[in-house]
Amino acid sequence: MLSFNLILSVCLGYVVLLFLVAFAAEKRAERGQAGWLRSPVVYTLSLSIYCTGWTFFGAVGYAARSGLEFVTIYLGPTLVLIGWWTILRKLVRIGRTQRITSIADLVSSRYGKSPMLGVFVTLLAVIAGTPYIALQLQSVTLAFEVFAPGNGSGVRGSLDVTAVWVAAGLALFTIIFGTRNLDVDEKHNGVVMAIAVEAVVKLIALVAVGLFVVFAVAGGPTATLEQIAASPIADWRLQGDRWIALTFVAAAAFICLPRMFHVLVVENTDESHLVTASWAFPLYMFLISLFVVPIAVVGLAAMPPGTNPDTFVLTVPLAYGQDGLAMLSFLGGFSAATSMVIVASIALSTMVSNHIVMPIWLSVRREKGSDPGDVRNIVLLSRRLTITAILALGYAYYDMSGGGAALAAIGLISFVGVSQIVPALIGGIFWRGANRIGAALGLTVGFVVWAYTFFLPSFGSGAILSAATMAEGPFGIYLLRPQALFGIEGLDPLVHTVIWSISLNTGAFILGSLVTFPKPLERLQGASFVNVWRYSDSTRGWGESVAEAEDLLVMAQRILGNREAQALFQSIAQAQGKREYLPDVTPAFLQTLERRLAGSVGAATAHAMVGQITGGTTVSVQDLMKVADEAAQIMEYSSQLEAKSSELERTARQLREANEKLTELSIQKDAFLSQISHELRTPMTSIRAFSEILMAGDTMVSEDRMRYSRIIHDESRRLTRLLDDLLDLSVLENGQVSLRLEDVRLGEVIDRALAATARHGETDQMRIRRTKAAESVLVTTDADRLSQVFINIIANAQKYCAAREPDLEIRVSGAGDAVTVDFVDNGDGIPRAKQSVIFEKFSRLSDTRAAGGAGLGLAICREIMDKLGGSISYLPGQGGAAFRVILPKARRAAA
Amino acid sequence: MNEPQEPLFLARRTYRQRRLMDAARLMPWLGILLFFLPLLWRDAATSTGLLYLFSVWLVLIAGSWILSRSLGRSTAWDKNAEDPGAEG
Repeated sequence: MLSFNLILSVCLGYVVLLFLVAFAAEKRAERGQAGWLRSPVVYTLSLSIYCTGWTFFGAVGYAARSGLEFVTIYLGPTLVLIGWWTILRKLVRIGRTQRITSIADLVSSRYGKSPMLGVFVTLLAVIAGTPYIALQLQSVTLAFEVFAPGNGSGVRGSLDVTAVWVAAGLALFTIIFGTRNLDVDEKHNGVVMAIAVEAVVKLIALVAVGLFVVFAVAGGPTATLEQIAASPIADWRLQGDRWIALTFVAAAAFICLPRMFHVLVVENTDESHLVTASWAFPLYMFLISLFVVPIAVVGLAAMPPGTNPDTFVLTVPLAYGQDGLAMLSFLGGFSAATSMVIVASIALSTMVSNHIVMPIWLSVRREKGSDPGDVRNIVLLSRRLTITAILALGYAYYDMSGGGAALAAIGLISFVGVSQIVPALIGGIFWRGANRIGAALGLTVGFVVWAYTFFLPSFGSGAILSAATMAEGPFGIYLLRPQALFGIEGLDPLVHTVIWSISLNTGAFILGSLVTFPKPLERLQGASFVNVWRYSDSTRGWGESVAEAEDLLVMAQRILGNREAQALFQSIAQAQGKREYLPDVTPAFLQTLERRLAGSVGAATAHAMVGQITGGTTVSVQDLMKVADEAAQIMEYSSQLEAKSSELERTARQLREANEKLTELSIQKDAFLSQISHELRTPMTSIRAFSEILMAGDTMVSEDRMRYSRIIHDESRRLTRLLDDLLDLSVLENGQVSLRLEDVRLGEVIDRALAATARHGETDQMRIRRTKAAESVLVTTDADRLSQVFINIIANAQKYCAAREPDLEIRVSGAGDAVTVDFVDNGDGIPRAKQSVIFEKFSRLSDTRAAGGAGLGLAICREIMDKLGGSISYLPGQGGAAFRVILPKARRAAA
Repeated sequence: MNEPQEPLFLARRTYRQRRLMDAARLMPWLGILLFFLPLLWRDAATSTGLLYLFSVWLVLIAGSWILSRSLGRSTAWDKNAEDPGAEG
């Protein structure tokens, strides 16, 4: 039998050895020879802090009680690790790019660097972590108990003292190596090395005990299986709900436990280590759990009833007189417990000091107004105090819970507690829409449900929650009984808590994210977390320059277009003397490419893009500002261009219209000229012809001479009249006419017009109907010009009215400032198609001869009316031809 | 915005790479299937369960080992890994 003192001295010797290992590792790292200290093997071994004292001692006890169920605790992490490509790889990358220091930091950073969430996750981690640390103290104490003299209740007091000493020793070790230096990236070479050594020790210890049990005690693998089949746990009473819930919780805890996150993400120095860990750590867990069932079965068979199954790992070798093996086994359990406590307290103290102590301290300092000079020491001090406080808390929990409960049950409380972080964590790295409010809601709901249904009841009925509350619900509310929420009874307490806390947590998280709106920083962080592969230097540590050149080509193709980009790359490659498409990534090449890209997207953007692919320089705020400036300039420039082009378009349209008008005018002018020459030519021809007859005709009778002379006279009069009209029209059109405006009565003007057109002595006199009263209206006008218009209209009516009894009605009416004079005859009127052209020059509806005019009359009328400030138009639908003349009233009369 | 233009077909090596990534993504699902299969068993013995679970476990470890070796050696193991474009 090993003496208690021997055990103690071996323990102390072991701790000293760990000190030396950690110290040497720190020294090596300081000399820059980290080398193999940071190999994938060490990384994988450091993950083994997942296998704690609980694992070491408790797993066998667990197996002795419930058979194979213990293995779920390792199946969950196995799933996470073999699925490293999806989750862990992304977490590690985010941890590296965002310089994450703890899981609280990750959640806080993801949701817009929210201090509230940081505090919340820290508190959750501390509360959930406390039972776990208590568990380690308990397992170490339990191990000491085995060796304690006189196994009885009397030593209980001295065991408590042992627990205190263990806690104090662990605190000391952690403080010395965990807070010796303050690294930006929170990496602790010494600690990692020490726990790697401990990982080896505990694996060797457990495997050694296992091999001893299988080959020495049971007599070989086949015999072991037979013994299992004959044992009390021969029947595998698989509880499906617990199986699934435990696997899930273990998987979640593997990521979310602060210490696991610390070794997985924070202490990770190279992403490639994950590749090794993805299979090596499952293998480690496989070996750790391989002999658990055999040890349990042999223990159940060999040990006297009443022996705590949690101690089988120690008691079985002892029972067979293998003191050395028992000692190794003890050291293994001791290693498992201490390494876990060390890393857990480092991780928790980092979180507490970064998210609780420092913000408070800084705000207090700011209020006092002094400079925060010695932050470093304050951080270290706060961490040391936190480590002490956490271990004290663990001891308090151990003391309070009485140290009696089975190890596995306590560990699960912590597991379920930290898995409340899963929705916010996984949602945060895969769903951009996840936001701060949602995460806070989910965490709160999950935490409350966990504490109420699992954590508080773990102190025992009546300790915190009264027995009445447990049985009948708070204040007698039956539906809120802690272990039968909403009246659903009969569930296993663990399954009950997992289902309700995780589902309500996830529900609140999603709902909160869906209905609220995130702040800009949250959205920015969300994008950089979820799209971490796009925004981080993807090939660093992995890539060769070929990959970079390829990336650059892909990017350049998007910007310049495929052909141009390929041509550019090829030409540069040729200049470098290569036959391929891809050139070497040289500074000169980068400069050329950047300049080329800058032509398309702006210098700052090009620099940022190239830098992102090649240099691993993340885009700084300044870069972003420059990019934004460029974008703004481009936008302004393009809006100016747009304004200019629309102005040009307007001008072009105006020019086009003017051109059309000019063309039209030119056609009109040509038509006018040909018309006029025709008009002039016709009379001139007859004049010439008849004057030639007169010149030649000596024998002509005087009667003929008379007739010819009259024709010549008539034609020349017609010519004169035509020229007069043309002159008149051109004067009017050029605006050179001078009007003699005076106030006259409209009736007088009509009288004059009628007098001028009266054809005395002819039989078919046109009957004129007038309304004398209305004609007394006073108008301001040039009376001569107006009567010229009236004469024209009346003469036209006389000429063209084909009625048997021609009749012209002159209607005068005044409305507002204008006087309207309508001339309506009872003839055929003017066909609709011609109504629009009668006011044009030389437009005549019928044969010219009959009318004896040049067709300028109405054109002249229109010009005159324009000049007089009125108008003349054809009035359709009056039974015959009807012209409407509108002219302004006298100013006096109107006023 | 236009979708980023990726080549429609990949070189043989890159194609292999993408399929390896697919396999890596599917590994945990295979694990879940194998680990939860005993839920369907009736009246199983612990020794049978022990043999089954630990064999399956070894298979998964071996699979993960093969995959991670191939993926870890590749030069661009995370390039475009999260952008399902082209064939991958």
